[in-house]
Amino acid sequence: MDSKLFFPIMLLGLILLFDSALVPGFFSIQTRDGNLYGSLIDIFRNASTIMLLSIGMTLVIATGGVDLSVGAVMAISASVAALMMNPYVLAKELPPHLLRLINDPNFTFQPLWVVILVTLLVATVCGLWNGMLVAYVRIQPMVATLILMIAGRGIAQLITNGVRIQIFYEPYAYIGQGWAILPFSLYLVAIVYAITWVSTRRTAIGMFIESVGINARASFFSGINERRIKLLAYAICGLCAGLAGLVASANIKTSDANNIGLTYELDAILAVVIGGTVLGAGGRFSLLASLIGAVVMQAVTTSMYALGVPAFALQAIKGLVVILVILLYSDQARSLLRRLGTRQEAAP
Amino acid sequence: MPDPNPSGLLVSMQGIYKSFPGVQALIGVDFDLRPGEIHALMGGNGAGKSTLIKILTGVEKPDSGKIFLGGREVVVRSPKHAQALGISTVYQEINLCANLTVAENILIGRQPMRFGAIDWKRMNQQANEILVRVLGIEIDVSRILGTYSVAIQQMVAIARALEIESARVLILDEPTSSLSAHETEQLFEVMRRLRGNQVGIVFITHFIDQVYRISDRVTVIRNGRLVGTYETASLGKMALIEKMIGRTITEFDEMSKIKATTGEHIGAEPIVTTDDLGLTGDVEPIDLKLFPGEVLGLAGLVGSGRSETAGLLFGLETPDSGTLRVAGKEVTRFSPYASLMRGLVLTPEDRKATGVVDDLTVRENIILALQVGQGWFRFLSRQRQMEVAERYVEILGIATPSLDTPVKNLSGGNQQKVILARWLATNPQVLILDEPTRGIDVGTKAEIQKLVLSLAEEGKACIFISSELEEVMRCSHRIAVMSDRRKVGEFPGDAEEKALMQAMAGGEA
Repeated sequence: MDSKLFFPIMLLGLILLFDSALVPGFFSIQTRDGNLYGSLIDIFRNASTIMLLSIGMTLVIATGGVDLSVGAVMAISASVAALMMNPYVLAKELPPHLLRLINDPNFTFQPLWVVILVTLLVATVCGLWNGMLVAYVRIQPMVATLILMIAGRGIAQLITNGVRIQIFYEPYAYIGQGWAILPFSLYLVAIVYAITWVSTRRTAIGMFIESVGINARASFFSGINERRIKLLAYAICGLCAGLAGLVASANIKTSDANNIGLTYELDAILAVVIGGTVLGAGGRFSLLASLIGAVVMQAVTTSMYALGVPAFALQAIKGLVVILVILLYSDQARSLLRRLGTRQEAAP
Repeated sequence: MPDPNPSGLLVSMQGIYKSFPGVQALIGVDFDLRPGEIHALMGGNGAGKSTLIKILTGVEKPDSGKIFLGGREVVVRSPKHAQALGISTVYQEINLCANLTVAENILIGRQPMRFGAIDWKRMNQQANEILVRVLGIEIDVSRILGTYSVAIQQMVAIARALEIESARVLILDEPTSSLSAHETEQLFEVMRRLRGNQVGIVFITHFIDQVYRISDRVTVIRNGRLVGTYETASLGKMALIEKMIGRTITEFDEMSKIKATTGEHIGAEPIVTTDDLGLTGDVEPIDLKLFPGEVLGLAGLVGSGRSETAGLLFGLETPDSGTLRVAGKEVTRFSPYASLMRGLVLTPEDRKATGVVDDLTVRENIILALQVGQGWFRFLSRQRQMEVAERYVEILGIATPSLDTPVKNLSGGNQQKVILARWLATNPQVLILDEPTRGIDVGTKAEIQKLVLSLAEEGKACIFISSELEEVMRCSHRIAVMSDRRKVGEFPGDAEEKALMQAMAGGEA
């Protein structure tokens, strides 16, 4: 088995085992109207935003960078989408025939495909902005993306004039709440994963990303346009954040600039780290391992709720998980595991 | 009572051995330092100078050997311990705080206090005294250090080292490499003054003429062995260079035969022509011609501008004067990618930093540049990658467990071959090889030299850069000599070694 997959799968297995001991019928799956429901499916459904983020984040971290702004970009795209569907919300006075439209579940100002296209475009521009700062202005990735992380929520507020826009348009809600045997958002994850996998692993881009992450200087000496590779990685990361923003806002049916995607950047980064891509150093990456890492992060959250940990204490517990993961991935832990392994083999 | 230090030596290192994984860095090296002398430490890259210094300053532990300080045997446990013993080092990169004042830098950690606050007046006064007393220079100590020239900053570093750590031994590691001529003279003035105060100075430099201007004795190390310690005044420049470059005894006679036969195929039209090509501060305007089927040797000491010239040709930097023509066309876009596309490639000097991508596999490293030429989307199939990699592993005799082994697991020589393979796979017309044999065992060295000649035989043009003069002479049909960032002469491949050395030394005998 791919060695990058071993640790995340083991971690996920451990947490799910823990959950099943905690929650009776954890693994049971019910069928309703032909759709599947259950705790396990909920974990995957709730993980879909982190999974989307982790795909883009993997590429960025593989180039040796990091993107702290994905949570804020989610908020921006949620605001853009909500506003495009229902700009009348912001009007001071409306004639009655328009006022009625505000909470009409069948009304959208722009057709859905335009909404999605423009939103993703805006998110990609956010990614390009980050990539430009990192690759061309040569600002440290953490500082460069911190700018949009801070400014992004302000921008999201500006877009909706500080108003939390409720979303009534049902087809849009389907992105986050829809179900076709499995939750719709999981199909979205699968599609994005497949496209990203093909465009990195069936082209030279994946190898170039890894090469730049391992040794940017040597890559440049080999003729690789190291800056363009970085720009591309951040752009894809922005695009993924835009998609995650669509899913998140569709799920809660509102553009909440203050809360959508809040601290999600940390979960996404952790998901990638659990997936074995080295934060700070970059290099070898596995998209699938990152996806499993994202599910691990969500499973941790869910089990904390199951344990009755209050929401405000959740971050503290996650901190402990981070420490555990870092210890588990350290060279010392690995060599310890290896030694244990060989001792067992040596035993008669 | 017997004199505890009958030799009167400040430092005496005896029989120092040190090995790193795969390298014997120092083999029984002796080194000593008298009080009140400036002792130059010379040797090519990888000769073992820095390892010796690291052992003296406690950064590395010797495998065996003894260190005496003032006649007493000591074990230098750490850099901090070395400072406590009175050994201070000032590095090329200054490790002071550029955003603090000169006085703060000198007295940091022991600022005079008054009513629980820093007594600025007294601090500036003290710092001023120290600078005048120790170095004999007078500057405004309340100014921010970063606003002063590098030379002054270096002197402040020296003042701090000598005053705070009351050092008797001062090690200056290439202090002049970023200084102007005037600044160097300032620094030398300070060094002479310190010599008068009985401080022993170890002076590491690549500049031959500075050795003669300032040092009393010179120690030469080559390939981890001590060549000898000499009174500078009694050792000619030529003799010094000879000792630094050395002569490896090898059976390379056949090489000169190959060279003679390949020499007949050299083309008439140059493939690379430079006309006053230069970059301020890097390379003085240079004229070079390179013909197909020819190996042009680029000789010169480290820092003479060889690698910088190679970098200009390869497009690592954009020149600010002159023109470069490759295959008849004037070059306007300078980048490694553009060079690759016009068939001009470079195997860089620093294999680790700019050569191998160490976590990628042997296969990926070999096809990397070929793939760059193909672009992002026309991805070489796995099978094609294997074919290319297999072919070059065979041609170059790369010893690797498999094609999917990370290249970092290979030995230095094999890594070098992988980089060569990376470029050969792109079928270049011009190859620039910057120190392709550095840190490689003799057998592999000979293989690479033969390879260069056989590439020339195929009609490719090569520029061969090496610190080993003998190697350059063996492989090259023509030799350009560089000194002090300019081309100082051009010689035929069978030129007298003496003439080349004279040119390398800057034209003086």
